[in-house]
Amino acid sequence: MNREAQLIFDVSKAGRRAFSQAPKPVADDKLSDLPAGLRRQSKPMLPEVSELQVVRHYTNLSSKNFAIDKQFYPLGSCTMKYNPRGANRAAMLPGFLKRHPLAPESHSQGYLACLFELQEFLKEVTGMKGVSLTPMAGAQGEFAGVAMIRAYHEARNDHARTEILVPEAAHGTNPATAVMCGYKVREVPVNNNGDVDLEALKAACGPQTAGLMMTNPSTCGVFERQIEAIAKAVHESGGLLYYDGANLNAILGKVRPGDMGFDVIHMNLHKTFATPHGGGGPGAGPVGVSERLKPFLPTPIVGQDGDSYRWLSDADLPQTIGHLSAFMGNAGVLLRAYYYARALGREGMLRVGEYSSLAANYMLKRLQQVGYTAAYPERRASHEFIITLAKESKAFDVSAMDVAKRLLDYNQHAPTTYFPLLVPECLLIEPTETETKEALDEFIDAMAKILEEARENPELVKGAPYSQPVRRLDDVRAARELNLVWKPA
Amino acid sequence: MPYIPHTPDDVQVMLDAIGVARIEDLFDEIPAHLKAGALEKLPDGLTEMEVTALMSARARQDEGAVCFIGAGAYEHHIPAAVWEVATRGEYYTAYTPYQAEASQGTLQTIYEYQSMIAHLTGMDVSNASVYDGASGLAEAVLMALRANRKSKTNRVLMPTAVHPLYRRATRDIVTNQGVTIEEVPFCNERGVTSVDALAQYAGEDYAALVIAQPNFFGCLEDVDALTDWAHANNMLVIAVVNPTSLALLKPPGEWGENGVDIVVGEGQPLGVPLSSGGPYFGFMCCKQQHVRQMPGRIIGRTVDMDGKPGFALTLQAREQHIRRSKATSNICTNQGLAMTAATIYMSLLGADGLASVAGHCHANTNLLAEKLCSINGVTRRFASSTFHEVVIELPQSANLTLKALAAKNILGGYSLAPAYGFDNAMLICATEVRTLDEIEQYAAALAEVLA
Repeated sequence: MNREAQLIFDVSKAGRRAFSQAPKPVADDKLSDLPAGLRRQSKPMLPEVSELQVVRHYTNLSSKNFAIDKQFYPLGSCTMKYNPRGANRAAMLPGFLKRHPLAPESHSQGYLACLFELQEFLKEVTGMKGVSLTPMAGAQGEFAGVAMIRAYHEARNDHARTEILVPEAAHGTNPATAVMCGYKVREVPVNNNGDVDLEALKAACGPQTAGLMMTNPSTCGVFERQIEAIAKAVHESGGLLYYDGANLNAILGKVRPGDMGFDVIHMNLHKTFATPHGGGGPGAGPVGVSERLKPFLPTPIVGQDGDSYRWLSDADLPQTIGHLSAFMGNAGVLLRAYYYARALGREGMLRVGEYSSLAANYMLKRLQQVGYTAAYPERRASHEFIITLAKESKAFDVSAMDVAKRLLDYNQHAPTTYFPLLVPECLLIEPTETETKEALDEFIDAMAKILEEARENPELVKGAPYSQPVRRLDDVRAARELNLVWKPA
Repeated sequence: MPYIPHTPDDVQVMLDAIGVARIEDLFDEIPAHLKAGALEKLPDGLTEMEVTALMSARARQDEGAVCFIGAGAYEHHIPAAVWEVATRGEYYTAYTPYQAEASQGTLQTIYEYQSMIAHLTGMDVSNASVYDGASGLAEAVLMALRANRKSKTNRVLMPTAVHPLYRRATRDIVTNQGVTIEEVPFCNERGVTSVDALAQYAGEDYAALVIAQPNFFGCLEDVDALTDWAHANNMLVIAVVNPTSLALLKPPGEWGENGVDIVVGEGQPLGVPLSSGGPYFGFMCCKQQHVRQMPGRIIGRTVDMDGKPGFALTLQAREQHIRRSKATSNICTNQGLAMTAATIYMSLLGADGLASVAGHCHANTNLLAEKLCSINGVTRRFASSTFHEVVIELPQSANLTLKALAAKNILGGYSLAPAYGFDNAMLICATEVRTLDEIEQYAAALAEVLA
């Protein structure tokens, strides 16, 4: 057995237990009222291991991960900024952890106060008129947003609107969300500068348009300069404008979606508000709306009556699109975001967009100097930017994926690869405001060396990584010979 | 500047390299009249000490009550090692394992999670988790509509004995896709869904029947008969189960002749704190034949180019980043951290430990029901076997009773008035963490309130 890929099941031994973690067994007669026909006949195959074995196994596993706490993690569109430890400690205070989601309001005032204030902060930074914190991820925020667009049109008896527009550079969640809300999707082209093709957009708008979903700064890493003209075109056709908050970090404190004309937005608190990504979740995707969409916000929402707080009910929001989870969404993530908002305050919030943009523009310039090609050289970077390796791919047969893998050997997490799809061989790079200049320089140095390697020894780059627990994995085999569950030999 | 490391010199060097005089110049593509003001409604920033003090005071406000509410979220003992390990920075601050070589820790943990959940439910495969149990049920309904090729309609049968908040979230999530959810009433005496109540749907075209075990009332359904009835009528079966209960109860993979098709449930009982409702995670398993219709991340075991075993995201052709508008769902994350905690929890407890937890929950709730029902006018509402929740009937309004109990710092249960119109009924729960003292304290308080 290869020790490095040893499973917890491989160290299991019949009869071994972490005894003090579970209560002592109950007497059989206490279970006698459970009908025999509904009882389990054989034990589930869970590992039989000691507490030390568990702690050691998962500690060793964790160490195989790249993480913000260990490495620079410039994953474009993901805003991998520092996750304050203080936020984690605050969210894990016993009073918060032990609060039952259905506890009465009399025993929830501390928690409700935090959420109410967070709602107010998010309104202020986005310029929206109402906020609901409940969506559990960006994609669920998108769902809530588009569902509200649909509810709005339906409340006006406007049933002709069957289509959602998305720029071709959009995140895959945008079209997938539109379909989940019962819409058809029409993609709108993006021009060579990274802006939406305005004429094509105007031509696409009509009585069938329910709305447009877009990200600004866009997924091309540039600010959409025609935003007002876009808003006008969509609004004139009777459609609504949806803001995908994936890149909100770029403009935090600089320009507000509400002021740009957006009717509905979602925010990714795991990006912009520094809550942890946790290996793929949980996140939080609150939604904000303009005045006309307020009646449709998803519940629960926290309201204020004098000095006390309460949940707004269906009686308060008879037109709500409803509940998206059993309870209050990812409540603990919201507390971490609340901590972050309080720690930054007004002046800190204003700096986020500034310093994330400073870092990105600095890196873009330096990477161009060492020989990389910007996808949009005439444009300012937002908080992220795209370089394209189309040239290198042709000249040295070294792809964007090869460079990404080689970066791992330099102890740098790879940027986002092959997104957006319209830029060939691209890397989308987002440094965030929390990295030192030295960290940015180390990444740039690594990229310079890799370019040199690509020229002189392309095979070296194509075989990377060499320093990780495994080398490149056989994805084809993973999909063809599905092995999704361990079974005893 | 909180969390921003640049010295004035750094800033100057960076600005010089870019070739601009001021940071503000980096925003010159944004129309000037759109620029934000001073964000005056935001408070001043606070130091770590100050925010911590503020939030500690808020947290303390909500402390002190003894909780007998279940209704989909359960207070269990969580071994210290669970969150000590799960919040290690290497788990806490990593992202979705797109770079598999640098994410083997997360990937292998998910593979082990998938294995444990599949064994617990008796199913072939599991995904890497979804947001929570309720939204997981919505995803399962949509999945069943895709997977049941014999069904030509968009209709699903949903017993009203399924958690009302699950039914609500499911309806709100699937409604825009033209899905009809037909609600099946429960037996008023026994609190379960009977095959007789389903008879009127026999031979009709429904894609799936949902079966909750235990159901919302804590009652145990005749899952074998229900499963076989659904299969005989060309419906798939979606099981909604409590994971703790599966240490004692027959796993859905073994219900009826052939086992169910899809299993979902709330993973919170497996080592995730109550935490006001989240983050939790929904688990989702299915038969092998339906795996390509499953939403969400799935991890597979494979080998690297040197033949060394490793783990990678697989079946990505189902997902939104590849398939866009044709994806199985728009979901693009799992509840990684909560799922990691559950994996550690299940490892620490093992099958025997989990059975002990389940046994104590069952025994404690029975004891609580017995003590409360010895009070004049208090009875069990339904005549059925239960797992770790019981509906009791009071001689007066449940809402008012719960309010009076809360004033004594006892959160006595969940009222059935809003969802079912049973004004005098409430759902109670005593998990393994509730002591005999607390149970007696509750009984004494209720006697006082009702006196």
